[in-house]
Amino acid sequence: MQDDALQNNGTLLGADELVLNMGPQHPSTHGVLRVKLKLDGERVRGTECVIGYLHRGVEKIAENRTYQQFAPYVDRMDYVAAVSNGLGYCEAVEKLLNVEAPDRAKVIRTILTELQRIASHLVWLGTHALDIGALTPLFYCFREREEILKIFEKYCGARLTTHAFRIGGLQYEAYDEFEKDVERFCKDFERRIQDYADLLTGNSIWIGRTRNIGVLNAADCIALGATGPILRAAGVKWDLRKAQPYAAYDRYQFEIPVGTNGDTYDRYMVRMEEMRQSRLICLQAIENIPAGPIFGKVGKVIKPAPGEVYHAIEAPKGILGYYIVSDGSTQPYRVRIRPPSFVNLQALDTMIRGHLVADVVAVIGTLDIVLGEVDR
Amino acid sequence: MAEESKPPQESESSQPEQKAATPAPPAKSAPASTAPAAAKPVAPAAKAPAPLQIPLDSELVRRYRERFGAAILDALEDRKQPYLIVECAQLLEIARYSRDEEKFDLLEDFTAVDWPKREKRFDLVAILYSFAHNARLRLKAVVGVEEHPASLTSIWPTANWLEREIYDMFGIEFSGHPGLKRILLPDGWQGHPLRKDYDILQQDTAWVRENLGIESGQ
Amino acid sequence: MNATLQALLQFLQTWWVELVCGVVIVAVVPLIAGYVVLVERKLMADMQARLGPMRVGPHGLLQPIADAVKLLIKEDIIPRDSDALIFWFAPVISMVAALTSMGALYFGPSFRVAQGINIGILFVIGVSSLGFLGIILGGWASNSHYSIIGAIRSTAQLVSYETAGGLAIIAALLLAGTLRISAIVDAQAEQRVWFIFLAPVGFFIYLVASIAETNRAPFDLPEAESELVAGYMTEYSGFRWALYFLGEYANMIVVASVATTLFLGGWLRPFPNVHWLNWLDGLPPLIIALAGIYSIYRAGKQPVWVQSWFMWAVAFACFAVAAIFAAPIAFAPLRFALPGLNGAFWFLVKVSAYIYVFMWLRFTLPRYRFDQLMHLGWYILIPLAIVNVFSVGVAMLLESEFGWNRWLALIITTAFTLAVSVYLVHLHDKRAVMASTGRGVISDSYAG
Repeated sequence: MQDDALQNNGTLLGADELVLNMGPQHPSTHGVLRVKLKLDGERVRGTECVIGYLHRGVEKIAENRTYQQFAPYVDRMDYVAAVSNGLGYCEAVEKLLNVEAPDRAKVIRTILTELQRIASHLVWLGTHALDIGALTPLFYCFREREEILKIFEKYCGARLTTHAFRIGGLQYEAYDEFEKDVERFCKDFERRIQDYADLLTGNSIWIGRTRNIGVLNAADCIALGATGPILRAAGVKWDLRKAQPYAAYDRYQFEIPVGTNGDTYDRYMVRMEEMRQSRLICLQAIENIPAGPIFGKVGKVIKPAPGEVYHAIEAPKGILGYYIVSDGSTQPYRVRIRPPSFVNLQALDTMIRGHLVADVVAVIGTLDIVLGEVDR
Repeated sequence: MAEESKPPQESESSQPEQKAATPAPPAKSAPASTAPAAAKPVAPAAKAPAPLQIPLDSELVRRYRERFGAAILDALEDRKQPYLIVECAQLLEIARYSRDEEKFDLLEDFTAVDWPKREKRFDLVAILYSFAHNARLRLKAVVGVEEHPASLTSIWPTANWLEREIYDMFGIEFSGHPGLKRILLPDGWQGHPLRKDYDILQQDTAWVRENLGIESGQ
Repeated sequence: MNATLQALLQFLQTWWVELVCGVVIVAVVPLIAGYVVLVERKLMADMQARLGPMRVGPHGLLQPIADAVKLLIKEDIIPRDSDALIFWFAPVISMVAALTSMGALYFGPSFRVAQGINIGILFVIGVSSLGFLGIILGGWASNSHYSIIGAIRSTAQLVSYETAGGLAIIAALLLAGTLRISAIVDAQAEQRVWFIFLAPVGFFIYLVASIAETNRAPFDLPEAESELVAGYMTEYSGFRWALYFLGEYANMIVVASVATTLFLGGWLRPFPNVHWLNWLDGLPPLIIALAGIYSIYRAGKQPVWVQSWFMWAVAFACFAVAAIFAAPIAFAPLRFALPGLNGAFWFLVKVSAYIYVFMWLRFTLPRYRFDQLMHLGWYILIPLAIVNVFSVGVAMLLESEFGWNRWLALIITTAFTLAVSVYLVHLHDKRAVMASTGRGVISDSYAG
């Protein structure tokens, strides 16, 4: 699909196309990603992504660990949103075992996952704005993210690769000031998000750099498998948290932000609104965390009945799916992780055709990829 | 159309007991008889639990069987998730029918599982999602080592990289793929890591020696 | 032999002031530029809710010295296939252009290298724009893809915005009637108002053009990190790179000085020559003393005693400087020094304010893409500058031939220019929407 246009040297002067390599080391490719751009002057005629620099063989490792032993590995895939990865994995294994986590665990899981969604989007916003040239939002976003990481550290001891959840529920009870901390963060965050919006949303330079850049309409999104904010910005009002609720999402009211154009500006607006909605979910959740146990009926040895299960969650980057095949032993037979960034990155070629080189950085930023997840 | 909903606990948990009892009585009785000191049977923790697949006969399955007949080898439901085992030769047609008629417009995932002891060792698994019906379906095709299943890129362009990854990890070549080459591993790598006969510690030491200039520690 | 020595002594006798001032410029300006870099870093940190350099010296005050030493002792890397002579020469050209143009600027009454020349402004702008040679030669000599692309972009940007800036300056020159720098400021004193109030559109165009000329954000695509690493500066390291960098900041000072001279009244106080506002002459020592009082207030809030002591030292320095400024006001025999001292103060304040606006814009705004940048220069700024020249000219004509009030004429013509600018921006928006897609291939992937 991508190579046929590249073989055709049909440029105006019969000149050969220039291949510009945005190498694995580049300040803006958000990790080790190599993009070969076929240029005609300044216009991009095609791209080829070379990935695999961060491939660690996580799926193979999974076949050699027990279910609980594998749980910390999933954090390292999308290391910017480790809690979501953990949620997906633990829920998938719980489905495999036919158990459910108790209510209290579900609600605390929801709160932590939504905080992680805000943190992930903050990283995205800071780095995306930095790539386009706005130096200041990065520092503001990381300042807010610091508060979230402090909450994570108080809860489970780690900031980034948290391993916050266990198969069957939670290991740690919410610490004493958990509700107060979350509430204070959420109350503060409303004003901060307005700060970012003031800096960027109405800025004509920002609009000029992001409007009509990297357009991906709804049909293309679905065909290419791009999900998450990319799909919503194209106009499809669909969120897995509402379509097939998991954890405690069916208890809370929140909106699904939708864009119209499917361009970079719409994705920016969708993610900003998602941060606001996550904040609302957290506020609703902490009002009423049910009392009760935090760990379900799962024994020390996890040996699911032979079979398979597929469970997907709405991670900050898109649909994160786990396909786990069990052969009845304590180690999974096959763990397949459907990474949203891997599938979304495939859409880069379609999005970038016809744009200028300076837009490549903006489009890679708007895809919000994490190479740990792309390569696993 | 089968939806994914939270399964009621009681009916599911009682079933494995019944199913477990029938296929494995010899295994259970043997340790119990030879360990008189362990009067309490600790069997539930020691034995492997039995599978939970139940045959599925829903509207959807009937439509598929009606359209494709013998190509649908089996229809099962595991933990409330339906899947069809189909003939590999007809996979492309079934996929096209799924997208066009049954409205499964999103190919959520496409992967493979290796069962080395079987004659046809690979299971190709396509996980489809329908926005219109808010439902998922799995299609499984059984593929042998030398077989070249048809590529799904003509139906869902997202299958491009997914199939490249299957080729990289399992060695299954897809016919009709626009550019089938390795994606995660370097181009000259020998071996397909997710096959069960590829040891966890194995590496392509020749490639490492040539390209990285070091002796691979494995 | 004796005759040559005699001639040399004669030369020195006539020109010793100029020579000394020239040496001062070459020696001091890079140091000042280094401290402007420090100010930028501290300001950036302040706007980004952090502290900036704090370690090297109190509050990072020795940071530029440390950076200079580090850059001087770095290994001198010259790319193997580069043209070594031009590679060596290019940053020198850049720096020399900036420093030479400073020679014609008026920093103080007795600071002269070439202030008396009758083409003052033309000289400054002409020589400072020779700096583009340094850029293009540096990019070419680096023998690298990225460098040459960055150099060409930078040059194109410079040339375009130089045109716009030059046309914008004409507005103030029309109002002053002369190119000589001291005469321009005297004209503003005579008319009792800074030219920014008489020609605001010209000032604004020059502001935007000067940001683009010095490659500052939002026009810094040629040297942005995330784009082409550092553009034409990519292959330079160590002190060669420092020359480019300091040349850029020296250029900033030049451009700010030009704007101050032409539009902000040079060394004049606000409302110059208005007799009942003469008490404003007492402002400089007052402002400095206020800064000292603020330092004392902050001294109480420092967590560590060393920092308190430092704040007290700063306050003491402020009061000492305020005393120096107040001395001519208090003591009549020293009254002759008043214009010079005050003039230096106001000039510095205005140049600093202009540079502050540069820095503020850099931290707030995202970057323009190169085609948007060129579009802004050629489709909006240059037409607007041309229209502005005509409107100021028409206003001057109305005043001199038809006896209109100068202010009324200028207000009317400025309103017309603003209307034209609104129309141009509206056109730009419409065109930008159409131009940014430019995709030849319509995506039809869903059909396979």
